Parts: sequence; structure tokens; C-alpha cells
Amino acid sequence: MKIKKGIPLIDQHDKNGFWGKKFGGNFIPETLKKPVEDLASLFEKLRKNNKFIKDRDYYFENWVGAPTPFVKLENLTNYLGGAQIWTKIVSEANGGAHKIYNATVHCLIAKKSGKKYIVGDTGAGYAGKMLSMAAKKFGLKCKIFMGAKDIKRQKPNCDAMRKNGAEIVPVYTGSQTLVDAVSECMRYWVSNCDTTHMCVGSTVGPNIFVKICGWSTSQISRELLVQIKEEFGKIPKKLKLLNCVGGGSSSFGFWNEFMDYDKKQIEFVGIEAGGPNKSKRHAAPLTYGSKIGILHGAAQYVNQNTDGQIEETESISAGLDYPGVSPLHCFLKDAKRARYTSASDEEALSAYKIVTKYENLNPSLEPSHAFAEAIKIAPKLSKDTIVCVNSCGDAQKDRDILKQRLGK
Amino acid sequence: MNISPISLAFKKTKKQKRPALLTYTVAGDNTKKKSLEILNSISKYVDICELGFPHNTPIGDGGQIQTSSYRAINNGIKMKDIFEIVRSYKKNKNSKPLILMGYYNMVYQYGENNFLNKCKKVGVNGLIVVDLPWPDNKIFAKKCKKKNITFVQLLSPTTSKKRIKMIINDSHDMIYYISMLSTTGGKLKVSPKKILNNYNVIKKISKLKNVVIGFGITEKTISSLKKADGLVVGSALCKKISESIKKRQNPVTNVVSIVLKLKNKIS
Repeated sequence: MKIKKGIPLIDQHDKNGFWGKKFGGNFIPETLKKPVEDLASLFEKLRKNNKFIKDRDYYFENWVGAPTPFVKLENLTNYLGGAQIWTKIVSEANGGAHKIYNATVHCLIAKKSGKKYIVGDTGAGYAGKMLSMAAKKFGLKCKIFMGAKDIKRQKPNCDAMRKNGAEIVPVYTGSQTLVDAVSECMRYWVSNCDTTHMCVGSTVGPNIFVKICGWSTSQISRELLVQIKEEFGKIPKKLKLLNCVGGGSSSFGFWNEFMDYDKKQIEFVGIEAGGPNKSKRHAAPLTYGSKIGILHGAAQYVNQNTDGQIEETESISAGLDYPGVSPLHCFLKDAKRARYTSASDEEALSAYKIVTKYENLNPSLEPSHAFAEAIKIAPKLSKDTIVCVNSCGDAQKDRDILKQRLGK
Repeated sequence: MNISPISLAFKKTKKQKRPALLTYTVAGDNTKKKSLEILNSISKYVDICELGFPHNTPIGDGGQIQTSSYRAINNGIKMKDIFEIVRSYKKNKNSKPLILMGYYNMVYQYGENNFLNKCKKVGVNGLIVVDLPWPDNKIFAKKCKKKNITFVQLLSPTTSKKRIKMIINDSHDMIYYISMLSTTGGKLKVSPKKILNNYNVIKKISKLKNVVIGFGITEKTISSLKKADGLVVGSALCKKISESIKKRQNPVTNVVSIVLKLKNKIS
């Protein structure tokens, strides 16, 4: 499996929508075939339209707040005593996480398609919060599907959604987390696709949703490329880009512009949620070699039993608590462009403690997984190695869990 | 080529000047034994049985079928049990043509060829794979045909006329028209007249194919659509099973009684 140079990764699929001939595709009910095709042709038209790009850039700059800061974590670097630790504080974006990029683009598309309603799924609540913000901004009526378990554990984001005028639809089926929210949202769309635009909250789902999300979050690496060149004068010889991976939207966006560099120069490290130390359950299909299966309309590595039932996951981080992973990451794994590993709940919590002790930074539990890997590898790396972590979410939403687990 | 049991069933109902009655129940709902008992007991009144192989992340099913599916999965139903149910059912001399219906991941994990071999062996007559739309299903549909298993293509109100023609071209002896934009079991939000208009468009393109209508069909709505070649009732039966369990009644007798009522409405 090989990645082509000079072509955006999101476009390296075949005519049936598969990356590397086996990941992605469109496993959808007949009813969704036309809405998905309509959306795909609209998106392909819009991304070539200068006015649309100008609009996107305008809102990214003036409303989302681009670029988000790229800073060195001096104290953490000194404490770890190896590689230089840098971070891109994507959580400084309006709303507090990278989900704003995808949400903004989807609302812009919904406006172009003439639809007045928008629906989306959410796990940690960020995708929902951002969609509710963007919907409000662009005058769309918004419904968010969220697992009942997640509604309980991510209350601050739920409050924000309601404040923005969105309706939260609790999902009680299955494990009552992100996987069920995505299913329910898709089911809603099946019934309402004539009036409603659907935003899938990550680089998952039928082919076009993977593409739109990846295209949107790539803003992160577009900014980072410029910032790195400004900071170092050129691309450093040894650069590692660390990012947590749930569905994979922030990591894909964090890496996209660096795709064509040799992996010996720029390594991509994806950190999945390993779940509690004592549990066999996890949300790390790439790390643990899960088999290919179909989930939410796409072929991907996914936690499942031998019959093909999707298995329940477990993670302290609602945003990573997903049994599958983006087809783009499956492709990156099999093409050996990215390396994937996992951090346990405990490692993420301990990383959160260390980062907040040494730095004025408050990464949510999702990027804390990535910081855990940085803390693990940095001491063994040379001082001219740049380790950059995407701090893609703010821990404000996790305050209840952190209080319970760390007493703060 | 031999005429398939599914075609024969339609031939018979056409002679009787009525639509075929197709039922959908979930394998293993509420237990393996009960779901087999239901099939055996409704066979007398039904023309074709659809049996769902339940999946836990269904993106096309409404609440009733989801509830049935989760119940079956929680009761431990496995693919091998489902094939067992079909095998036992097919031994019943009153058994009707049986269509398995479900999501592609289950087929994929079993292996397409293994799955079809097993279907053939236990007596499955047709397959509906909800999330394997045309043209992605072309190769699989061909494999089905080789085994004399009807691959049922789905059409929906969103399917363009051009696409309908292409799908019909690749279809076997039965086509499933989804009545409205909905998951299974939604309330019929389109007038029967409009549904039949769309149905007629399909029939005009191909008179020879048997076209059934499903989604939103209940005791209340079934007679208004009886011009169709066949009508599928699923969620109403799943709902009945859920109610029966809640009321501690026998789901088998309750399902039989509703099937009988449905049959009377279209006879």
C-alpha cells in the first residue's frame, strides 16, 4: 500500500471511495445514496470555488481565530531532559477545540445547499458544541445526537450546546456513547435527508464525510507548516508530530500538510485510547490490530467480535471512545506513513498532571493521551529532536472527571 | 433455469389476485427457540418470510427493530444459530421462501463465499443487505445468482429514474421499494397514492419483476397499498413481540394473530 506524492490524501481513493483499495467506501442504505452523491458533487464544486475558499478563510481567521499558537514548552522540555517539546494549542480556537473547523465548513456547505437544518453527532461534546456555535452563527437550526453516558460525563459542553440553541437528543441504545450517537444521527438523516444537512463529527462515515472533515481540519497543519518555518527557518531534520486518535480528525488535520515529507524526517505518531489499565476494553483498533469491518458506512479497522458485532469500548476520554477509526488512518497505518500506539486512562491522567504542573496549559483528556507518549519518548531523544503535540482540546469540559480522579 | 421459490410465491398470489404478504422478524427475538416458533406458526398465512440477522450498529433501522435486534444479541444469538434456525424452519413442510436480511459487516466477517455456501446449504432463498447499495453490490449479487439465491435490490424515493433503470437491470426476481424517507417502522408520512405512483414508475420500467413495498406498513395502512406485488410488515411485528414480553404474554400467539389480521386485510 503506497501513498502518492503531490495529491491530497483525501483524494487518493478509487472510484468506489476506497483508500488503499480497502478502507472507506459507502456502505449506506439506498435512501442515502443520492444525498451523499449530491453532497459529494457540491463539495467538489465548492472546494474549487475561490469565493467559497475566501469565505472559509475569512471565518477561520476572524471567527475561529487563526492561527492558533505554536509554542515551546520550556519547563516540560527541561523536566524531561531530552527532545524539545512544542505544542500547537489548537484548543485556543473559538470554542476550545479543533472540531470548529469541520463544523464551520459543514455549515457553509449547508447554506450553499439551501438546507435550513443541520444535525451532528458528538462524543466529548466538542463536535456538538462547535456545530451548535456554527449553526447559530450561520442561522441554521441544529440538533445534536449524544450518548446518554456522554451527556452525563461532559456536562459543560452540553450546557454550551443548549445555550447556543441546539437541541440535544440523548441516545440510549447500545453503550450510550459516541458509536451509538453516530448511528442515531445517521438514522435521523435517513428519515430527513430532504431538508437536513448532516455533519459527521470526525473523519469517519461514508467517503464524503471523511473528505470534508479532513479537508477542514487540515487548516491545523497549514498553519503549523508556516509557524515551523518561521520558528526554525526551515523544516527541522527530526520532527515528530504527536496526536491523539479517536475518529482521527485532529491528527489527520495536524499531519496533512506534512504528508509528503520522508517519515525519517517527520514522523507521525498517533496515540489511541488504551482504556483503563485493568480493563481488556480499549478504543485502540490500530494499536491492537483489530480486524477490518464496516462501521458507520465505511470499511476500517474496528473492534468487533468474530460475528461482526461492534464491541463496546472503554476510555476515560469520551472524545476517543470510539471502536473504529478513520479510513485515512487505516491507510496511513498500512502504508507505514504513521505509527500508532496507545496510552491508558492512567497514563493520560498522569500526563495531564505533569503538563499542568510544569506549564500554563490545560489539555483535555484527549490530548493528554498524546502528551503521555511525549513524556514517554522525549527523555530518550536527542535535544535537536522536535516533538510537537497537538493540544487539540481544553480540559474545561473534563473538570468533573478530573476532580473525581485527581481531586482537582 | 429453474423458477425460484420466491417467483413461485408471487405467481401464486397473483393468481389469487392479492399482494404477497412478507413478514420480517429478527432471528433470536426473543430467544432462538421462540423466533423459530414464530416462523413456524406464521408460515400458514405468510407468502415469504424475511428473517433479520441482527447487528448492533444498524444505520437503517428504527426503534422497534433496534429493540428486537438488541434483545436477540443480548440473548447471545450468533450467526451460526441463525443458520440453524433457517435449517430447522426449512424442514417444516409448510415453510415458505426465506430471505435473510441484515448488514454487510456480518456477511463480510463470515466471508462472502462461506456465507453464501452456508445460505445455500440451510435453504436460504434470498438476501437483503441493507448497507450494500448498487453498484457496490454487483459482484456479490452475481455470486448470489450463481447459487440461485435472490439478491434483493432496494429502491427508495430518492433513487433517480436513471438509477432505477440501472438497478432493475441488475436485479433478480424481487425488488424492494422503500415507501418513504425513513428508517424501518416510521409512521407512514407519505400518502399511499404517492407511494403507488412511485411504485408504478418502477413497474412500468419492468413489468416482470416482483416489486414489494416496505417501511411504515401496519394493520392500518396495509389495505391502501394492496395493488403492489407484495407488502412487507416488520416493525409492527417486532413491536408486538416487545409488548408481549412486557405484558408477560406469549409472543408467538400474539404475532400469529396480528399476521392473520394483516392477511385478512389484503385477501
